[in-house]
Amino acid sequence: MPDLAHQFQDLEQQRTADTLGMWAFLATEMMLFGAMFLGYTVYRWHYPRAFYLGAQRTDMVLGSLNTALLLTSSLSMALGVHFQRARHFGRVALCLGVTALLGAGFLALKLLEYWHHYQEGLAPGLNFHFPGPEASQVALFFVFYFVMTGLHAVHMTIGLGLVGFQTARAYRAESRLMPVTLTGLYWHFVDVIWVFLYPLFYLGGRS
Amino acid sequence: MSPVSYLEDGTTVRSWLLSTDHKRIAILYMVSITLFFLVGGAAATLIRLELATPQPDLVSADTYNKLFSLHGVVMVWFFLIPSIPTVIGNFVLPLMLGARDLAFPRLNLFSWYLYLVGGLFTGVMMIKGGVDTGWTFYTPFSSMFSNTHVVLTVVGVFIVGFSSILTGLNFIVTTHKLRAPGLTWSRLPLFVWSLYATSVIMLLATPVLAMTLILLAVERIFRVGIFDPGLGGDPLLFQHLFWFYSHPAVYIMILPGMGVVSELIGCFSRKRVYGYKFVAGSSLAIAFFGFLVWGHHMFVAGQSVYAGLVFAFLSYMVAVPSAVKVFNWTATLRQGSIHLDTPMLYALGFIGLFTMGGLTGLFLAALAIDVHVHDTYFVISHFHYIMVGGMVSAYLGGIHYWWPKMSGRMYPELLGKLSALTLFIGFNLTFFPQYLLGFLGMPRRYHVYPPEFQVLNVLSTAGASILAVGYLLPLFYLLWSLRYGKRAPENPWHATGLEWQTPSPPPTDNFETVPIVTQEAYAYPVEEPHA
Amino acid sequence: MTAIPRLLRVYLALMILFALTAGFAYLPLGRFNVVVALAIAAAKATLIGMDFMELRTEKRLTWLFAGAGLFWLAILFTLSLSDYATRGWLPWGSRFGP
Repeated sequence: MPDLAHQFQDLEQQRTADTLGMWAFLATEMMLFGAMFLGYTVYRWHYPRAFYLGAQRTDMVLGSLNTALLLTSSLSMALGVHFQRARHFGRVALCLGVTALLGAGFLALKLLEYWHHYQEGLAPGLNFHFPGPEASQVALFFVFYFVMTGLHAVHMTIGLGLVGFQTARAYRAESRLMPVTLTGLYWHFVDVIWVFLYPLFYLGGRS
Repeated sequence: MSPVSYLEDGTTVRSWLLSTDHKRIAILYMVSITLFFLVGGAAATLIRLELATPQPDLVSADTYNKLFSLHGVVMVWFFLIPSIPTVIGNFVLPLMLGARDLAFPRLNLFSWYLYLVGGLFTGVMMIKGGVDTGWTFYTPFSSMFSNTHVVLTVVGVFIVGFSSILTGLNFIVTTHKLRAPGLTWSRLPLFVWSLYATSVIMLLATPVLAMTLILLAVERIFRVGIFDPGLGGDPLLFQHLFWFYSHPAVYIMILPGMGVVSELIGCFSRKRVYGYKFVAGSSLAIAFFGFLVWGHHMFVAGQSVYAGLVFAFLSYMVAVPSAVKVFNWTATLRQGSIHLDTPMLYALGFIGLFTMGGLTGLFLAALAIDVHVHDTYFVISHFHYIMVGGMVSAYLGGIHYWWPKMSGRMYPELLGKLSALTLFIGFNLTFFPQYLLGFLGMPRRYHVYPPEFQVLNVLSTAGASILAVGYLLPLFYLLWSLRYGKRAPENPWHATGLEWQTPSPPPTDNFETVPIVTQEAYAYPVEEPHA
Repeated sequence: MTAIPRLLRVYLALMILFALTAGFAYLPLGRFNVVVALAIAAAKATLIGMDFMELRTEKRLTWLFAGAGLFWLAILFTLSLSDYATRGWLPWGSRFGP
């Protein structure tokens, strides 16, 4: 059994250990993002108007497009895991390839958005001009916007690397179930984070 | 023919630096945390020397600030937090479970490299001139005003935090999945329980610190106001996030020590540990309650009085499981066949010092008293009793106890006893006067003080020099024993536990056949004639 | 091969929820805008967790690990926000903001 590491007795033990390890890591990630969600909550609670004004300036079109891209990428990821279970390597490669493409598209749009914000003078610390007395509080909104979506983008980049690697292995018909499943768990988790970032940063200032 | 021991299985530097064997990684950690302990200890030495006189005669105010910050950062993140888990835990956890290694051996090695990289940042920070914020990095001083290397320090701590997260993750999964057949949860050694509780804290609290440090670095680099009240931020938010990690972190430091002491008390009393289930459960209870009390660091910081009340009440709750442990240890001693070997001396010292530290913690948890003693030497003394008196005693006790297993050699018993005694006396002489100083009102983190405090400060400095001997002595004779010590038998202490059923030192794969466990931990024979 | 239609149904549900949340954002509901948005986000997260991440068929232990993250997050939020909620109750003491 070439797949069995020496510290395990059998493949089932190894499989459950790997899954638990990933979930433990995701619990850590929840706390990592959670700390920032707390910061966001505190300041939004105290500066509701500034956060409203700030959310009006984010890009609803690009943000929504990105949400659609990510949800779709999660579907193709889930399908990829499904085909890996049946060992249809060609389909696995296709699904994971699509996932990677959608993820790359997400990052490209995100960078475009960042560039727009920078040009509009909405990047605190680099180029920030906001009329009115609430400027420093709106700046706070954008600090959280950049840090939270930025950290999310870092996670996306790591995910992209993992998915790309698994795609290549599936293409050579070498991919194995556990690595693909674990990559999937991570990818879906990063998607869930975005599911919460989207309403907090894009939907707040529309009504 | 018996298999090769893990120490002889490859002798090149490469075979050590790329080893995924948990036992070798434990040794790598032992060497690296000892180096950091010496760095932190050197800073402490300079601090105590400066405080020998009321005037600033040895170092300037700036240098003094950098010294206590370095001492705090290095001792907390590069010594106390990794110490018992990564050295003793790494070494004995798989052995205690009857496993061949941790669940993720490569991740374990990666953790050590992360530790090194974090340490590298701290080293560079030190060489470039240090940091003066204290280990707590309070904003907005750290983010807006300090002119020292805050970002470098914070990056170092951030990285070493991930090392600790991955260690915790590894231990948790290992404990769940790699127990030998028959080793049910109620048969686990108490050290495993305490490591498990510690790992839960590492896993769930450390990421919050990581995020807080990111926000601090962003505020400092981009000059935006996340925690700066001048720009609409709230400095108390920093403190909430910081202490959400850093209070439970105190339990990362003490819980493994409690686990070691449970092992030692059971073994050297030749008795089943009294109230096994309560001792095991209290580890989990401490880990859990530890998350509910962080606000007691913020009583006078401007937190709401009502939140203060709640946090004060919850802080008292932690005393319950801690007391359960102390009472159960003493009940174990009762009518036990007590052997006063070196590890046992450390364990008994631990119980005394921890009790002192714990009880004074109750003073500090009381809102009204805290207003009086907040940020004084009373606090300093309180947490040193827990972390240095308690934790370091337990660490050294554990190192002596498992040294035969780790190195295959016995240490010189007489010197061992002498060092345990020196540590206990030196420690009390150093830190007991600080309780008095604090209660009289001497604030922490100043390099000068009114002349009437000098007598107590001189006592403390004198104690520190005795304490230093207590630390350096084991360093020398343990190294000496590597070459000249007696060869250790398989089970020199006649202890129970799977780790004593392997040769000393164990082979790379730990067990030739997977052991099957049929009885509870600490199944010592009821009546054993005194050896 | 019943898994594929199920995954597709989940995806469809996700996209409908996504359309709903984007649409609701433009209705003037006052403070309920954020409540609706977060409720929908929670529903989406549940779908992704249960079906894409296969929590539905996982063992209790996995649930415990996933739940631990949420539970500790609740501790962080509850105790921190209890400070902010009660800070203004007394005429003295600190507040922040303008």
